[in-house]
Parts: sequence; C-alpha cells; structure tokens
Amino acid sequence: MGKQLKVSLIGNPNTGKTSLFNLLTGLNQQVGNYPGITVEKKEGTCRLPGGGKAHILDLPGTYSLNASSADEQLVVESLLRKEQPDFPDLAVVVADVENLKRNLILFTQIKDLKIPAILVINMADQMERRGISLDVELLEKKLNTRVVLMSARKKTGIDELKKQIEDYQQLPVSPCLSVSELDATYFERLQKAFPEEDLYRLWLCVSQDVALKKIDESLLKANEYSERNTPEIKRLQQKETIARYLYINRFLNNAYQVDRTKATDWRSVLDRILTHRIGGYAIFFLIMLLMFQAIYNWSSIPMDFIDQSFAHLSEWTNNHLPEGPFTSLLAEGILPGIGGVVIFVPQIAFLFLFISLLEESGYMSRIVFLMDRLMRRFGLSGKSVVPLISGTACAIPAVMATRNIENWKERMITILVTPFITCSARLPVYLIIIALVIPDQTFVGFNLQGLTLMGLYVLGFGMAVLSAFVLDKIIKNKAHTTFVVEMPAYKVPMAKNVLYTVLEKTKSFVLVAGKIILAISIVLWFLASNGYSDDFYQAEEIVRAQPENTMLSEQEMQTAVASYQLQHSYIGIIGHAIEPVIRPLGYDWKIGIALVTSFAAREVFVGTLATIYSVGSEEEETIKERMSSDVNIRTGKKLFDFPTGISLLLFYAFALQCMSTLAIVKKETNSWKWPFIQLVLMSGFAYLVALGAYQVLT
Amino acid sequence: MIDLTISTIQETINSLRPGEKGIIGNFAVEKIPLKLQEMGCLPGNEVQLIQLAPFRDPLFLNINGNNLAIRRETADLIEITKVL
Ligand SMILES: Nc1nc2c(ncn2[C@@H]2O[C@H](COP(=O)(O)OP(=O)(O)O)[C@@H](O)[C@H]2O)c(=O)[nH]1
Ligand SMILES: [Mg+2]
Repeated sequence: MGKQLKVSLIGNPNTGKTSLFNLLTGLNQQVGNYPGITVEKKEGTCRLPGGGKAHILDLPGTYSLNASSADEQLVVESLLRKEQPDFPDLAVVVADVENLKRNLILFTQIKDLKIPAILVINMADQMERRGISLDVELLEKKLNTRVVLMSARKKTGIDELKKQIEDYQQLPVSPCLSVSELDATYFERLQKAFPEEDLYRLWLCVSQDVALKKIDESLLKANEYSERNTPEIKRLQQKETIARYLYINRFLNNAYQVDRTKATDWRSVLDRILTHRIGGYAIFFLIMLLMFQAIYNWSSIPMDFIDQSFAHLSEWTNNHLPEGPFTSLLAEGILPGIGGVVIFVPQIAFLFLFISLLEESGYMSRIVFLMDRLMRRFGLSGKSVVPLISGTACAIPAVMATRNIENWKERMITILVTPFITCSARLPVYLIIIALVIPDQTFVGFNLQGLTLMGLYVLGFGMAVLSAFVLDKIIKNKAHTTFVVEMPAYKVPMAKNVLYTVLEKTKSFVLVAGKIILAISIVLWFLASNGYSDDFYQAEEIVRAQPENTMLSEQEMQTAVASYQLQHSYIGIIGHAIEPVIRPLGYDWKIGIALVTSFAAREVFVGTLATIYSVGSEEEETIKERMSSDVNIRTGKKLFDFPTGISLLLFYAFALQCMSTLAIVKKETNSWKWPFIQLVLMSGFAYLVALGAYQVLT
Repeated sequence: MIDLTISTIQETINSLRPGEKGIIGNFAVEKIPLKLQEMGCLPGNEVQLIQLAPFRDPLFLNINGNNLAIRRETADLIEITKVL
C-alpha cells in the first residue's frame, strides 16, 4: 500500500469536529500527545468507499489562523510547516451551520494557504428549527470548493464526505483573498525580502501573536519583520479581517438566509435562568453538589469490589505459585501496586463522565462566565474553574486542561495551585487516618468523620485560592488579557462522544499513573525484602531466641519475624535515618518510610503501611486494627493518636507528594523551574503546618 | 464647574443595559484581542447585551450573531452608539 492520505479536521470550537472524527474512525483511534507539549492529539484511520484508507487527525478548535493560545498555535503550526509529518494533504474544515459566517473566516484563510480544502457544514439537523435555508451550489461556486452538508448527530452526509475526501485531487486550490491588496507597499517589501515564499504564509509567520520561533527561525531572524505585535501589524490584521468579512458577505446573503419567525429560541430562555446573577450561582452549586455526591456514592461499590479482587488475587498467587522471589514480587509488589491504581478507575471515570456532560451540553462556558470575576480576584480566570474541578479527580488531566487559558499569568497560577485540590489519590490516606483518629460519632446531626473529610476538601480548595492570591502579587504579567469566551448553543450530549471521552481519559490515567506506581512498588518491594546486616538475614533466629517471644503462637511469631526483618531491611534503614527530621511532627520510622515511598504517589502510603504492618492483604480492617494498636516507643502512647493523625492529614493536604504532577507541570511550563518551586513551597509549607499542629495539640 | 458637554461623552459597550443594542464604533485596534474582531466585533456591526454577571463583569454579548463573553476592561474600550 502506498502513502496514506492525510486529512486534518479543522474548525472553530464546538462545530462537531470530534463528533465527526468519532464517526469516521470509530474505535480505530489513538490519543497521544504532541511531542513536548501535552495538547491531546487524536488520530485514526477511516476506510474510504473506493477501498483506500485515510489517516484522520482531529485538531483542537481554533477561530482563525491567528493563534492566541497553546491549542491554537498547534493548529497554525501544523498548517505552516510543510516538512513535518502532520502537514495535511487535505483540510476538512468543519463549520456550524448556525454560525456559518464566522466559520467561513477560517475557511478562507486555509484556502489562502493553498491547501486543498473541503467545507463541511455540520448540524444540518438544526436548520429547520432555526429557520435556516442554504444554497449549497451557490456556496460551492463562490468559494470555489466542494461543500458537504451533514449532521454528525443524525449521521447524514457522511458517505458524501468520504467520497469527496477520496476525490480530493480534483479540488481547486485558488486563494480567496490576496493579502497584498491590504497594503501594497508593506507586502511588496515583505515579498522582496523573501522572494521564494508564499506571501500569505509569510504574513502569517510574521504576524503571529504567540512566538512561532519554531516555524521557521531563518525566516524571522534577519529583518525588521521579526518585530511582532507592533501597531502596524495589528492594523493590518484588522484590515484583513474586515476584507474577509466583506468577501464573505458578497455572496452569503444570497446563499444563506435565516427566517427568525420560524426559529424557536430555547437558548435565550435557558440563558436567562442559567446565567442569572443569583439563580445562576445557586444552580451551579447545586450541580456541583449533586456531582460530587454521585461520584462518591456510585463509585464506592466498584471500588470495594476492586479492592477485594486484588486482595484475593494476591492471596491466590501466594498460595498457588511456587514460593520464591518471583512469587513474592508478584504478590507483594506488583499486584498491590496495580490494585492501587485500578481502585481509582471508578471515581475518575465518573468524574470525566460529568465533566464531559458539562462540556458537551454547553454549560461549561456558562460556568466560566459566572465564575470569572470571582476567580480573577485571586489571579485566576473563569477558565480556571474547569481545571480546579478536574483536580478533584487528578491533578494531571487538570493541569492539561489549563491550556485553553490564553493569559500566560492566569494559566501559570492555575497550574501552580491545582495540586492543592483534594485529588482522589489523597482519599485512601484520608480515609484510613480519619478512621483511626476521628471518633465515629455524630455532632449536631452530622457524622464527625464525614465532616472531617469535607473539611479537608474545603481546606484544599481554600489553600489553592489563597496561594493563587499570593502568586498573583508576585508573578509579573507578560501580556494583555485576551479573555473572549464563546457561549455555544445548548445541546443534548451525544452518547458516543461522552463514552469515548470517558474511555480515553480513564485509559490515559491508568497508563500514566500505572507506570510510576508499578515501578515504585517494585523498588519498594526490593528494598523491603533485602538488607545487608545479620539482623536482616538471621531475623528468624534472633527473634526466636529473644526470651520475651517464647510465648508467642506460630502465627504471631511469623509476624514478629517479618516486622524485625523489615526494620533491618534497606527501607527500614532509610526510615530510621529520616526519623529525626519527622519526629517533631509526631511520626516514627514506619510512617517515615510511607512518606518516602508515597512521594511518588500519595496512594502508595496505605500500601506501604500495609506491607510494614506485615498484613498480607490490604484489607482495611486488619491494617486499621494493627495500626491503631501500635505504640510509639518514645512517647509510650498510641502511635496513631489524635495529634499525629491531624498532623498527617495536614501534611498530605499540602505536600506535593506526586511525581506525575511534577512531570506534567514540567511539560506544560517547559521548564524545571516551576515544578521545583512548586515542590519546595508546597512540601515546605506542609512540613511547617504539620509541625505546628502536632506541637500545639500535644 | 458644570460640564455641559455630557451628550458628547462617548458611550461604550459597558454602558448598555441588558437587552439594549448598539452599533460598534471606533476602538484602539492594538488593545482589542484580534479574536474578538474575528468574531465580528468590527465597526458598523451590531452588539446586544444579553446578561451581566455581578459587578457588570464579564458581559455576555451577542455581536453580529455570535454569543460571547468579554471582560469589562475590554468592553470599556469599544465605543458604540445606542440603538433605541
Ligand atoms: N444538533 C447537532 N449537534 C451536534 C452535531 N455534531 C455535534 N454536535 C454537538 O455539538 C457539540 C460539540 O461537538 P464536538 O464534536 O465536541 O465539537 P468540537 O469542539 O468541534 O470537537 C456537542 O455537544 C455535540 O453533541 C450535529 O450534527 N447536530
Ligand atoms: Mg473536539
């Protein structure tokens, strides 16, 4: 087979690119990341009627080829850099029939780049309801292209589109506009400086808002044109926009009519309610409340099931495989490690279910509108709300979700404070400690343990907001604000889109977190089952020889041996070494080990304690019982008493115990500086707070 | 001193009340995001205020058939003449 035809789906946000992509490729798709940045890259293959295949790329939404955010920049780059692998043979420009005029601006720009382009007008099912009539033939003639009218929802027009994709070589590639008409002298000079280059492509390179160094450094270096953002360029850009609208208006009024008397307008009714200055907030908080209730209630059953299944699996492995280091690695290292990741799948899946419903329905933009002013007080943006909500599942997708915040400073602050939000990895730590130190009693009708958990959520959110406020005063702003948020029409979510989003996000969480946790659990297992001293290798003899142990039953004896061995394993030695640093917080060497191992990922804390307390399974009751009866040798009191418990809760609320977060922040900010600052500040602060709490409480 | 030239004080998008419409006039090109202009915020086009968040910020507008929200600081920079 020869070279596959490369097709890029391009269009404004919310025009149905992803819906179309899902229809064209089915489950034949992969989601990856663009190298260096974490904008999602969706690719797939589509079978064409003639038997060939097309490689389809779903690009992020963009309003034009003048990029103002990281997503948009990516689209522009993919169209300007001819040598890179994503450069399309054919651009399928997806437009929304309701906003056709605005959508056509982007279409004319792409045609001016002389890339073969098909215009897809989606949401044809809405035309009758909106009173829209359209003359497709006239449009085709005037735009000198092929136009496909389709509906991703009703699945109409897809075959026609596939046929047009197949015949792409017959597409005319004439430009719509000649930029040189905007300012003859300016463009003459520009062309003279680079006689080889296409003028419009050149103009795009010169005028980009976002630094497009990567596109063609040689192009921009030598001359005065590299100076971007000058008022002259801005004026020319406005002139270009006006010229494009004029060009479009010339034929659109004949080809496209809206009969308002036939239109039914639910949207303004809904908007009057949902964005109301009082009612809007009430509804928003109600939705959030329902969402979190549902996430916790619905996911508890599958979570228990997963927990138990993995415990059984470990047990089975131990009993049925021949004894030896491999079995031990599998049963005590790898299986609990994987179990520790899989257990979060239900929560993450439900969270993404809700987030994708909010996004698909168009409500997310209303949240941005409602919250912007409030968030801005703290140096954030209305667009920070989405990352902050996602942060309750996991900071990784949350940090990725900041990429559509155009303002550099607001985006930075959002990235930096998101890890304070109580993510699902903190939950197992919270749950076990709360169970240990907070009495299971009711207080004015509320369960104390539940109240504590809620308090921790509030604390996380409060800290995020507070630190944003401080950062706002420190970080210098780089650019003008460019807050422009489209308010898309309300839509009933498409089941297929929601399902695919949930599948894909959950999968990527399992893969990213899974790799790290797996690696850590193997290392941890190795360190815990090896040592260098006689104490480690002769543990059994030593323990049996101790006079106070002669009364122990065989089972208790084994526990005592395992615990003695662990104390003298490498990990035990590390734990003892750091004990002086953490003693003022009320921790002993065992907690110390758990702190070290859970630096990679918080949820490892519980697994580590499970190993240390040599409980074969992670069954909560048994670990809990052993933990609660453990005595701190130094104080003679219970190890997990109230002050230590509170100190631990606070430590985990604030410390950046998550390597994946550090990795993603490094990727998104393109430097080690920000993750490093974040780590030092958060963990330092956590240490101080935990210290203060313990000292005050004892 | 009483200023008698009140009528010449330029109205901006920010002086609209919910439901009111205006025709976009001048604005300083370099201060307005290009994206907003591409969405139809150009001299001569119609703008309607749909909804206000508390403190009049942000503003929910319909510009040239597009529904979008912008911040007050941007709205303050765009001159209009009200349509009655
Ligand atoms: N009525 C209607 N809605 C659609 C159609 N195609 C997509 N949508 C909806 O439009 C919204 C945006 O779709 P999406 O594929 O996410 O757009 P993207 O942002 O361009 O990727 C979603 O709510 C879809 O359910 C269609 O043909 N008709
Ligand atoms: Mg999409």
